[in-house]
Order: sequence, then C-alpha cells, then structure tokens
Amino acid sequence: MIPELGQFILMLALAVALVQGIVPMVGAQRGRADWMALARPAAWLQFTLVLLAYFCLTASFVRHDFSVLYVASNSNSALPLPYRVAAVWGGHEGSLLLWVLMLSVWTVAVARYSRSLPLVFVARILAVLGLVSVGFLLFMLVTSNPFDRLIPAAVDGRDLNPLLQDPGMVIHPPMLYMGYVGFSVAYAFAIAALIGGNLDATWARWTRPWTSAAWIFLTFGIGLGSWWAYNELGWGGWWFWDPVENASFMPWLVGTALIHSLAVTEKRGGFKVWTVLLAIMAFSLSLLGTFLVRSGVLSSVHSFATDPRRGLFILAFLVIVIGASLILYAWRAPRVGLGQRFGLFSKESMLLVNNMLLVTACGGVLLGTLYPLFLDAMGMGKISVGPPYFDTVFVLMMAPLLLLMGVGPLMRWKQDDAGSLARRLRWALVFAIVAALLSGWLMGRISPATTGGLFLAWWIVAAISVDLIERLKPKPGMGGSIVGRARLLPRAMVGMMVAHLGVAVFAFGVAMVKTYETERDVKMGPDASTDIAGFHFRMLSLKDVQGPNYAAAQAEIEVSRDGKVIALLAPEKRIYRVQNNPMTEAAVDSSLLRDLYISMGEQLPTGEWIVRVQHKPFIAMVWGGCLVMMLGGLLAASDRRYRARQTRSAAIGGATAGRAA
Amino acid sequence: MRRFLLPLVLFLVLAGFLAVGLSLDPREVPSPLVGKPAPAFQAAALARPDATIKRDDLLGKVWLLNVWASWCGACRDEHPVLVAYARKGGGVPVYGLNYKDKREDGLGWLQKFGNPYTESLFDPEGRIGIDYGVYGVPETFVIDKAGVIRYKHIGPLTPEVMRDKLEPLLRKLNA
Amino acid sequence: MPERLIQRGHRLLAGLVLAGALAGALITPPAWAADAPSVSANPAMEARMMALAAELRCLVCQNQTIADSHAGLALDLRQQIRELLAKGMSERQILDYMTERYGDFVLYRPPFKATTALLWVGPALLMAGALGALFIVLRRRQRLGADAFDPDTPEEEMPR
Repeated sequence: MIPELGQFILMLALAVALVQGIVPMVGAQRGRADWMALARPAAWLQFTLVLLAYFCLTASFVRHDFSVLYVASNSNSALPLPYRVAAVWGGHEGSLLLWVLMLSVWTVAVARYSRSLPLVFVARILAVLGLVSVGFLLFMLVTSNPFDRLIPAAVDGRDLNPLLQDPGMVIHPPMLYMGYVGFSVAYAFAIAALIGGNLDATWARWTRPWTSAAWIFLTFGIGLGSWWAYNELGWGGWWFWDPVENASFMPWLVGTALIHSLAVTEKRGGFKVWTVLLAIMAFSLSLLGTFLVRSGVLSSVHSFATDPRRGLFILAFLVIVIGASLILYAWRAPRVGLGQRFGLFSKESMLLVNNMLLVTACGGVLLGTLYPLFLDAMGMGKISVGPPYFDTVFVLMMAPLLLLMGVGPLMRWKQDDAGSLARRLRWALVFAIVAALLSGWLMGRISPATTGGLFLAWWIVAAISVDLIERLKPKPGMGGSIVGRARLLPRAMVGMMVAHLGVAVFAFGVAMVKTYETERDVKMGPDASTDIAGFHFRMLSLKDVQGPNYAAAQAEIEVSRDGKVIALLAPEKRIYRVQNNPMTEAAVDSSLLRDLYISMGEQLPTGEWIVRVQHKPFIAMVWGGCLVMMLGGLLAASDRRYRARQTRSAAIGGATAGRAA
Repeated sequence: MRRFLLPLVLFLVLAGFLAVGLSLDPREVPSPLVGKPAPAFQAAALARPDATIKRDDLLGKVWLLNVWASWCGACRDEHPVLVAYARKGGGVPVYGLNYKDKREDGLGWLQKFGNPYTESLFDPEGRIGIDYGVYGVPETFVIDKAGVIRYKHIGPLTPEVMRDKLEPLLRKLNA
Repeated sequence: MPERLIQRGHRLLAGLVLAGALAGALITPPAWAADAPSVSANPAMEARMMALAAELRCLVCQNQTIADSHAGLALDLRQQIRELLAKGMSERQILDYMTERYGDFVLYRPPFKATTALLWVGPALLMAGALGALFIVLRRRQRLGADAFDPDTPEEEMPR
C-alpha cells in the first residue's frame, strides 16, 4: 500500500513540477502576474509531495518491506535502523529520489528567501528549477522507480553494501547532493537573467550567497567522502581520482571559479558573460557527473548498477538541458556589456587568470577521466588513466594557481603596479621559503618537490598575513584600536582570507603526508609487536566478535610511545553474512600532527595475521583544510549585505560592496 | 558571435562520445596477444599427473584453449555449449586450462558435467593464466596451425558466439 | 699474583657484562613482546614490489590497484612481481611484462604514445592556450574606447 502511495505521489509531483516549470515561465514572457504568482505555491506543493514520497520509501525500509524490489536489494532484516534509513540512498533509484528531494529543498529555499527579487525574475528561476525536476521525476518514473514491487516478495533482503554501513555514509551523500544540486540555483539564476536580459551587479549580488551555500555543501560532501573512504576502505588512501570522485570535483573547481567571477561582476560589473557561462558549466558538470555514475560508461567503485536505457535517458536529458542553455547563451551573451574598464595588471585580470586556471584544471580532470572512453569509442584501444597521471598533471596545474592566490587578494582593482606589489610581498616570499625548508628539515628530510609544495602553502599564509596587517594598519581618518579596525573588516573579506587559509592548510597536509608517510607490513599474532616512526604497536589479543549482521576477527592493539600507552586500537576483518564479502575495518588514532592507521590484511595458515601499520603525518590537515574552507565560505555568505532587506538603500550597499574583496 | 557557439559545439562533440560510450563495456579488456604467438607452456595434464603437455606439441593444428575452473559459476553456464561442440564432431580439438583449481575438484567437476576437452592443462597457481593474460574465467582462445592466437573470447561461450564468431573463424583457419 | 689478576679479570668481566646488560636494556625496547617479523624477508624488495603494484590496475576489480586489492588475481600478480624482481628484472621490464599480457589497460600511468599524446600534452596546451587567449583579449580591450565600458565607480575608501 505504502509503495503504491509513494509512486502515486511521485506522479502528482511530476504534474506539479510540469506546472511549475511551464506556467510561470510563460507568465513571465507574457507579463501575466497571476501565472507568475503560481511559482511559489507550486514549489511548496512539489516539495511536500516529494518529501511524502521520500517518507514512503523510508517507511518501506524501516518496516523491512521486502516486497519492494529496491528495499530487497539494499536492505536486510539484520540491518541496524540508522543504516536502514541511510539505505534509502544506497542504490540508484533511491539516490535519485534523494536528488529530487534536495532539488525541491533548494527550490523552496529560493521561493522563501527571494522577497526582494522582482516577481518576473523569481518566476523564471522557479520555472527553470521546476523543469529540471520534471526531467529527474520523469527519469525515475520511466526507468528507475524505487517503488517497483518484487513479486513474490523476497524472504530477506540482499543487505546494504557493507562499504556503506558506516557513519560517514549517513551524511556524505546528502551533503554531496546538497552541493551538486545547489548549483542548480546559480544555474537557474543565470538562465533567468539570460532570458530576461538583465545581467547586472544586482543579479550577481543575489546569486552569490546561493552559490556560496552550494559550494560550502559540496566542499563538505567531497571532504567527507574522502575522509570516509580513508576510514572505511582500509587501504589508507583518501583520493583515487576515481571517475565518480572526479565527477564531484569538477563542479567544485568550476564552482570556485564561479564564486570568484561573481565577486567581480558584483563589484565591477565585469565578467558577466564569464559568470553566466560558469554557472551553466557548474550545473552541467553536476548533471554530467550524474550521467557518468549511472550509465556504466566508466568503470568505478562507486558505479550504480547500470542499464543502457537509463544511460540513454540521462544523456538525452543532458543534451536537452545543456544544449538549450548553451544555445540561449550563444544567443544572448553577445549583447552583454563589458563592465568597468581594468588594466592588464589588476585584480580583475588576476581573477580572470584564476578562473582560467581553475577551468583549465577542470578540463584536465575531464580529459583524464574521459580519455579512455574517447580512445575506445574511436576503436583505438583501451587504456587506464589513474592516480599517477592525475597526481602529476593536477599538481602542475594547481601550482600557478596557489602562487596566484598569494598575489591576487593584495592587488588593487582597475590598475596596480608590479613594483609596489613586489615590495609588499618580498618578506612574504622570504618567509615562505624559510618556513618550507624548516618544515622539511623538522621532518627529517628535505625533498625538492615537497619543498615546492610547502612553499606554496606557506606563501599563501604569508600573503594573507601581509594583507591582514596592511588592512589593520591605522589610517588617516580611521583611528581606534586594532580590534576596532578588525571588527570593521567586511565579513566577506575575512571569509576570503579564511577560505584561502583553508587551501593553504590543505596543501600543507597533502605535501606532508605524501612525502613523509611510512608503513610496515608485519605478521602479527598475540603478543607480537612492531615499531614505526617512534611508535610501538603491540597486539594484545586476537578474537572473534559477532556484529549485528557480520562476523569479525578483531585484533586489540596497544599503541605506545616512550613506554607510555597512547591508544588502544581494534582493527577488524569483517565478513558480512548476507553478501559474504570480506571488509577491512581499519583502526585509526587521529591527532592534528599524525594519524596512526592499522589494518588487517590476510590471515596466514599459522593463525597470525598480516597487519599493515601506517604513520601519516599531518593528514588531519587535509580534512581540516576543507573545514576551514567551509568556514571561510560561511563567513563570506553571511556578510551583512546579503541579508539586506528591501529597505536597505543602494548607497550603503554600494559602499560596503566597494570595500570588500 | 561565433565564439559564443564554441561551448555548445564542444559540448555536442562530448555528448557524441558519451553516446558511443553507452554501447561499450569499460571493463572488457581486449587481449594484446591476438596476432601474436601463443605463449609457451609446459604443464601437467589434469587427468594424468605424470604426463606433460607442451605448447609445441599442438603446432600444426587449429585448436581452442578454454580456461575453466570448478569454482567458476559462469563456466557451468557455458559448459553445455562446449560439450555439445565436442560431441557434434568435425570440429577442432578443445583443450582446457584448469585455472587455480584443485586436481580432485577439477576432475570431479568434469565427471559431473561432462568432459569436452581432448586434454586439460593443470595450472594450480595460475602461472599459465598470467602468461595468457587471463583475468576472468571463463575465457576462450582460438589458436591456429602456426601457434598464433587469432581470437580471444572473454566470458562464457553461447551458441550464438560459437555460431557467429568462432565457427566461421575456425573454418577459415582450417581451410 | 695470577690469582689477583684472575680476580680482577672476573670483576672486569662482571662489570662489562653488567654494563652491557644495562646498555642493552636502555637501548632496546622491552623484550617481553616478540618483535613481529616483516611479511617479506626482504623489505626493500617488498617496497619495490608495492611501488610497482601501485602502478598496475586490478583487472577484476572496479577501480583499484593490485597493491590495494585483495582479489585473487591481485595477490597472484603481486607474487609474480616479487619473483620477477628476484630474477633481477627492472621496474620498466616488469611493467612491460604486464603490458605484454594484459595490454595498456593494466597501467594506471598511460604510456606516452601517438594515441595518448593528446592526453599528456593536452593540459599544458589547454593552459597555454587559455592564458594566451586571455592575454590577447585583454590587450585588445585596452585599445577600446571608454564608451565600451561601464562608467567607473567613484574612488572608495580602501583601494582594494
């Protein structure tokens, strides 16, 4: 009964989405206020319906309804409740429903927080979002219905993929989808502006917080996915350049470029064409990612089970949405103005270079991800493109960007001069070199490549410090204490500094861990011990444990340093009973300075286990960097001027906009 | 005006590739050994532990090498096809490569499901498999009179594959 | 006289033994736990094997190196690499060995050949092209008249 109800509700949602997609759009073209006014209520109705359908699916999971094919494929009677709830998005069909739910959440957020926008604009935005929703709902109902029945009902389910039975699973996909889907808002804003023909600073100011919010979620989602893979997959790696990882990273790169581009459009009216194109690209990459994961076109650990019909549908959807957007772009973009003038050596031009580098990096990742497909499609053989390629190429492309990150924020708008800039930054340069060498020396070994990476991280930190010091210096007509002056700094600017600091922290972590991590593979039985990087590991016991839906061999390992016990870790080798596949459950002792990572390999005939012990210095900075970036984004998005009410005068808005970066 | 159409053009090219990609299997690995001499081997026969079979013994005739194992489910699916082929007669000899298996298990499996093989090579550690680039059982190689691998089929054989791919090739090689 | 020497010798010996034991106790970790042996008798070669394994793709997995995979084929290939290293083959030779049998697909670092030239050179070309195009466009804009642009906003308090 509930599944049928869920399916029926989805059909209703599709109908509402159709109305939401078409009527307000036509109304905006024709100037019919009553049709445009339909947009908000339609958005709320669609959200309610999708949420209800989502509850129906969740209920089927919680109630162990194995007569629903999707539930039978992704759940089991022994699956603990939190994972039953998370299992809703464990497979293709359910994750699509999550996608649509997230889209409707963003849509009602726009409907709710758009009071200060003209109705024509809102109508178009909500209509675009409605049309995207139509595509996904149609896709679900036609090819991927989560409510399909299994007749006769299964006695028990096939269980959720054990890799997904981990707390990270509970938040990673929703956060990731909030980010992916969130770029649809910037996309809708761009399309609405192209249709309406009014791309100006105001439009940029409205779009910015939405874009930042999506970016924050995506940063969180990607960072979380990486952290989760590290803790869950048992091999100690945290990024594999797997096609699905790349699929989430590419929108992030373009989204970052978009945020920077919006800043310029808002402040100088420039880059309008660029901003619109980036908004279209960011969302297109989200859709492309959806295609890549579900079509079976690329081989990935994340791939959902595939069916050519589904791939074809998504591809058709992709072509229609992106094709139409790019046609609209080609038609309207030529008429858009150039904004204010700026010199060849200015903050604007540096931001343009920044965007170029980010888009190029995205292009590089796209090239590597799709190249095997290109060659195969042309019958030129089969190759693999993996971490050795991406690590090399990406780092080389990012290096100039990191270098620029130190320079850009310090530059003046319109026109700056290289001499004065160099003078301002010379101590930062010296500091960065010294700090990089010192960091390497303290770790025991200075290596050229690592010094380069560390230099870039310290360079950004130094440049931010220079920027901060300059801004906090007392100026004529601006007395008071340092704290007072600090309080006056626009939040968006502080956000930028914090976000850039996050990148530096991330880069530092990556350079450190990749260069100085060490590992040992040893045979261990009870009472055996080993040492790595000054830490002493002793296996106290080896026993069998029973979990709710798995059986495991668990080792209890005591970690000590200089005789003092630091931690008690319990890595496991689990066999999940239903699918009968082995899973390595690594045990990690984390601290800011290092992670100690223990995982069990194979059991030897003697009863001992092969245990891999790893020491990873500063790896916490990798995720710490992501968190700091997010904090920066939050600060920037919560700047006062985005929370401006209708009554706020344009003059105040212009003045604060002028000061912030 | 034209440069604004560039993103659209690039996208349509990309979409074209993606469309073609839908009909491809990214996990199928074509063999680099097709057109090259079959790697030499010297293996014990499954049924006769003391006898050795060498690749050179098989020169001068066209033959099939079918990689199988008792633990392989898909091998069970394709086995009737091979048994029927061997029983029909008039075809080429089929040699089996018993891959990463135990002798008793392999022999027992053949007894239960039929033995279409002239002889099966015993490869308990998969070394011959590695030389032949075997990655997923079952796989079938067509080897010609000069000892050159002419075709590799990955996955279970079906009557259609026998009829449309293997038999025409075997006829041609035998001519 | 010899007795005293022997006595002194014994004392010396005892002192040395004691000193040695103390030194040993200070230097070595507590000896109540057996020091776990490395998986391989030759850790250096094991490290070389793992480095090679990290470059090779596990063909029966969705997307993993044979260093990280626990699949049967991955274990077999790791063992094969150990044996090849023991025979004295170089890294390049072992990669070629694998490629001969499994094709370029097994390499995670695509070889540089005619078909992959675009892959390896592409990013650099992209970057150079993008920056070059940007430079040209910006230069061209310098020559445009003031009416092509929006009017400048008045000078702000802070120049940045």
